[in-house]
Amino acid sequence: MGANGGAAAKPQPPRKSATGAKVITVTSGKGGVGKTTTTANIGVALARLDQRVVLIDADLGLRNLDIIMGLENRIVYDLVDVVEGRCKLRQAMIKHKQLPELYLIPAAQTRDKTAVSPADMIKMADQMRPEFDFILIDCPAGIERGFRNAVAPADEVLIVTNPEVSAVRDADRIIGLLEAEGKKTPHLILNRVKTEMIRKGEMLSPEDVTDILAIKLIGIVPEDENVVSSSNSGMPLAFLDGSRAGTAYRNIARRLMGENVPFMQLDDNSGFLKRIQRLFGGQTG
Amino acid sequence: MPGLFDRMFGRAPKTGSGSKAKERLQFILIHDRINLPPERLEAMKAEILQVISKYVSVDSNNVDIALQNRERTPAIVADIPFNKMIEHDDPDEDDPKPPKSPQKDAEKKPE
Repeated sequence: MGANGGAAAKPQPPRKSATGAKVITVTSGKGGVGKTTTTANIGVALARLDQRVVLIDADLGLRNLDIIMGLENRIVYDLVDVVEGRCKLRQAMIKHKQLPELYLIPAAQTRDKTAVSPADMIKMADQMRPEFDFILIDCPAGIERGFRNAVAPADEVLIVTNPEVSAVRDADRIIGLLEAEGKKTPHLILNRVKTEMIRKGEMLSPEDVTDILAIKLIGIVPEDENVVSSSNSGMPLAFLDGSRAGTAYRNIARRLMGENVPFMQLDDNSGFLKRIQRLFGGQTG
Repeated sequence: MPGLFDRMFGRAPKTGSGSKAKERLQFILIHDRINLPPERLEAMKAEILQVISKYVSVDSNNVDIALQNRERTPAIVADIPFNKMIEHDDPDEDDPKPPKSPQKDAEKKPE
């Protein structure tokens, strides 16, 4: 295991992107589908692939991304402080200790939700573009102001959903709203997939969901208990090699970097990892 | 790539709650996407039928007007069979012929 992990630890000389960062917003419509966990893990996975990444928590009033990232004790300034000019952008960026190319801009916990506008988000993203490869924005649930803020600067939108009727319905609503805004067609991440239930015909399959939503998948993340334990310790799963969900997140990161990574065979039995290794010729991830 | 994920998952049954979820979603999303309240939709169907009935006799027992999704675009698909014209009386107004079918006879009240 860990074919990607080895290379990721190497310190990289500072560099400037030729084109500037790609701004990716992670959204879902419905709450509780795993949006924040997904953002954190893709961020970690990208950083481990030597990408310079900044994560922005756009969920004003209900910040969570700092907790999932294990950075909650290091917050001094937040997104609203930046927008209202109380600090410089750099001062609000918390650098991750293990991954020095990974930063977090936390949301404000107490402030008014209207403190930030879509124009503020665009301005802030543009300011960071030259120095990063990826800017990931964690969108709040719902379709109100917070949603519009989060998608305003997006070059690409990822929609997280679960194989459940209500979550897919909300994802469809979001796709419709993005269409109406003239955004590029979003990609889908199907989260909390239970292979055994699909095999029994008791759960929507990835194909059912893509049939219905008519957008392309960029990731299928299996239900994995390790997600809970890693959240407990503030260490996103994508830090570790070997977990099924962690592998799925790393695959998403590689696809975002333009690599053509085949979808992995999701299987519940113990031969899972062996099969993956065989599929990728030892190069897991 | 139809069937790709189904094959990956080695999935066969179409009888479980999964297929029920899919059916329900398809129905819900058609109505979400068209954003037309059910009573307006019914009014539209009735009006379409009315217009067609002005020109031809419609076999109203076998009419099927339904919403469908084509990728992400909703469409209305209508299957409206006509009644067979058993004999086509030239409906020339200045040359009215006596009606031949008994039903039409019954309809035709003495003036």
